[in-house]
Amino acid sequence: MPRPGFVHHVDRSTPPTLFWRGEGFSLERLPADRSRIIYAPEPLPAIDDIDGSIRHALEHPIDDDPLSSKMFPGMKLTIAFDDVSLPLPKMRRPDIRQRIIEAVLDTAAAAGVDDVHIIAALALHRRMTEAELRHAVGDRVYDAFAPRGLLYQHDAEDPDALAYLGTTPHGEEVEINKRAAESDLLVYVNINLVAMDGGWKSTATGLASYRSLRHHHNVHTMQHSRSFMDQHRSELHKSNWRMGKVLVDSGVKVFQIETTLNTDTFPQPFDFLSKREWEWSARDRAAFVASSKSLARTPVRLARKIFHSIEAPHQMTSVQAGAVEAVHRVTTEHVYRQQLVEVQGQTDILTMGIPYICPYNVHSIMNPILVMCTGLGYFFNLYRNKPLVREGGVIIMTHPTLPDFHPVHHPSYIDFYEQVLSQTTDPKEVEKYERRFAEDDWYRHLYRTSYAYHGVHPFYMWYWGSHAMQHAGRVIIVGGDTAAVRRLGFTPASTMSDAFELASDVVGRSPTITHLHTPPLMVADVS
Amino acid sequence: MRALQVRRNPGRFGLARLAAGIDTRAAVRMGPLEYVRIDPPDLPGPDWHRVRPRLTGICGSDLATVEGHAAPYFDDWVSFPFVPGHEIVGDTDDGRRVVIEPVLGHAARGCPLPFPDAAPGDGDDYAHLVRPPLEPGIQIGFCASTGGGWASELVAHASQLHTVPDHVTDEQAVMVEPAAGGIHAALMCATKVVGVDAPVVAVLGAGTMGLCAVAGLRRYLHGVRIIVGARYPVQQRLAKALGADEVVDPAELPRAVRRAVGCHMVGDHLSGGAHATIDAVGSSASIGTSLRITRPRGRVVLLGMPAEVRLELTGLWHRETELVGAYTYGTETLPDGSRARTFDLALDTVASCELQRLVSATYPLADHVEALRHAAAAGRRGAVKIAFDLRSSQEARR
Repeated sequence: MPRPGFVHHVDRSTPPTLFWRGEGFSLERLPADRSRIIYAPEPLPAIDDIDGSIRHALEHPIDDDPLSSKMFPGMKLTIAFDDVSLPLPKMRRPDIRQRIIEAVLDTAAAAGVDDVHIIAALALHRRMTEAELRHAVGDRVYDAFAPRGLLYQHDAEDPDALAYLGTTPHGEEVEINKRAAESDLLVYVNINLVAMDGGWKSTATGLASYRSLRHHHNVHTMQHSRSFMDQHRSELHKSNWRMGKVLVDSGVKVFQIETTLNTDTFPQPFDFLSKREWEWSARDRAAFVASSKSLARTPVRLARKIFHSIEAPHQMTSVQAGAVEAVHRVTTEHVYRQQLVEVQGQTDILTMGIPYICPYNVHSIMNPILVMCTGLGYFFNLYRNKPLVREGGVIIMTHPTLPDFHPVHHPSYIDFYEQVLSQTTDPKEVEKYERRFAEDDWYRHLYRTSYAYHGVHPFYMWYWGSHAMQHAGRVIIVGGDTAAVRRLGFTPASTMSDAFELASDVVGRSPTITHLHTPPLMVADVS
Repeated sequence: MRALQVRRNPGRFGLARLAAGIDTRAAVRMGPLEYVRIDPPDLPGPDWHRVRPRLTGICGSDLATVEGHAAPYFDDWVSFPFVPGHEIVGDTDDGRRVVIEPVLGHAARGCPLPFPDAAPGDGDDYAHLVRPPLEPGIQIGFCASTGGGWASELVAHASQLHTVPDHVTDEQAVMVEPAAGGIHAALMCATKVVGVDAPVVAVLGAGTMGLCAVAGLRRYLHGVRIIVGARYPVQQRLAKALGADEVVDPAELPRAVRRAVGCHMVGDHLSGGAHATIDAVGSSASIGTSLRITRPRGRVVLLGMPAEVRLELTGLWHRETELVGAYTYGTETLPDGSRARTFDLALDTVASCELQRLVSATYPLADHVEALRHAAAAGRRGAVKIAFDLRSSQEARR
């Protein structure tokens, strides 16, 4: 029986705690008697018969008719699936998207459906490479559909491939992929890695255009989403749900398939990263020492390659299909069952180690903007009810924060870093530069034809952290490139001790501290 | 009088070149520059005047000479021994405070002017620069007959003298010569930006010349967007203060230009680019960058003095880029079609743009080793223009 999440109160016998530092990690000793460490629940058991569960979900949907009953010859069927940003790290083959898409295709074939398109729901993310597509959908699906142009990637900048469906009562324009909107049935294949994913966000975001996305990917929405992991207190989700209603009212028929994964994140020899330090075996300690020392001597490019080659052993814990909102309610319960940790109250300081990966640097580089987004946008928001750190408290992150950018994946990030962040880090001020980046013809060209994130994407990353920036009294990065950390508007520190010293200006000499021991992912339910 | 003098000594030039890689101080001590006692130069003719410098700047070309980096090109255009120094404000023997337009032009050499009222730098045949009665020399500071500003006295022709108005300080006046160079380079961009919608000029390098070019662009080419690649904080601050719209690290300049014009980046070239680029550095790297960020059929104005450079010119050929030099100044045609002497424009500019703020430190002539060391590391040490102050140097006059 897997153990639930755990809040460990640090005392003098507590061993040093693991902190991620990008493509490396360190052990840090937290002050006794006023620090606590939050550990994720242990992985729930995987579903035994994954393919059987998928077939069962398709034929016994929630608040909807069986998938097979929706299929008929001559129909237009579109299957959309979550892109390379999920799951993290990428899962061992076969990916669950492959299993689900194959099951949907089997159902379609049995019904004589032959007009099928498969679309990677990129939104404004970079296009996936062939290898990444093959990993997600499998060779059989790829070889059957891609060569005939029937498996492709959503292009949010192709005016001929977008359909404008109307506006929400709040004036939010809804524009999504035309093929998806005009199909007799849109089957969306989702991976719910965190509670934020799924629901109407799958379609209203994953298949949308900038015209549509800008209504909820903005500073106001992000600052009023508390948190992203709590749908009912998230303006981001409310906007997507309003857009979902426009989709339904426009006649778009969505059959939603959502899945959840357990927290079995790292394979051997990296499995010690998920464990509680006092339970490390001699083999775990040896693995830590060996990997730390060897990574310290490894050129950063090689270290990135090693880490990005990791394939996670996480497995599916649930699959449900049917009506979007009903399905998502069940999915969210499954996510919480795996990830929720009860935590009593807030602390003065929140510490977190930033790992090598986030949704936007798969097979790429964790640049300074993504470091900010991972820490303040994602990890800070891993809460329900209240943030783990009190308002005006201090957030301490550990990461090298090198000013390195992937020139192919993140071209507009470089300009964002050089032009925008050199002038301001205030999200409201940053927002004033957005339109120019969003409409830059070069970025548009690279997004459509190369493997670049959309020109506006670094702005969204910055907005993602805007609630945390508003909430925290100071943000400190330990071990980061000094100039880069300052460019982000944060305070650099050489060591954790220095960081606590710097934090004392804001929270006094004996602050309470919470360390979020993630990954694996969790959601702190803060009372 | 006491003077700093350069003799023709290939061995010392070689030593200076070697030592400069380690330390400017060593290059000065081992190189061709000597602190000597010499007689003042004779007056070459009736229209010549004796000038006693008040302030004389240290220019990049002076440093190149002292550090043994001057191009062999100049071997036939200068005469030894010469006293360097051509950024001069001083007093004439008839009691005027003047700045010197240092080019030894047609009038100074007794040759017919190329056109009426031509300035010393005008003309399209430089034969006069090596003709008697003077020894060869492109300008004061590189001619054995005239002396230069790194001494307590020199001679200058009447055609080279510009009276300094009372409201212009010595520190402003010593910036007139480099300001004229910057204005000249700025106006060389005019044909590419005047009448153009949303014109963009990039300036690469923000030492004295780059900053003077920024001042010239802002003052004489209205409506142009100026983007500057400046390496050091002091340069970045001054570039902004002088009117640059955007100031970035030099490595960021290509992307800043791309953003401004909204073009693409194809490989390491911009698909479009700045309408004109002023290269105020003059190295292989800077010229290469300038060519890459200038739009097809645009113009690169080479303001920084280059020596031998290595360039890949396929882009220049393909994009039909104009690469033009900007040595000095003379008679300018302004965007409104009027004509003016660059030095007159510069005299206005130094006061209105308060270019005295570029003068970071002055030294007596006797402290020339430290002065030259400071000048060689100006940006790194938070400085721009270093000058010799001869106003109170009794020693120099002995």
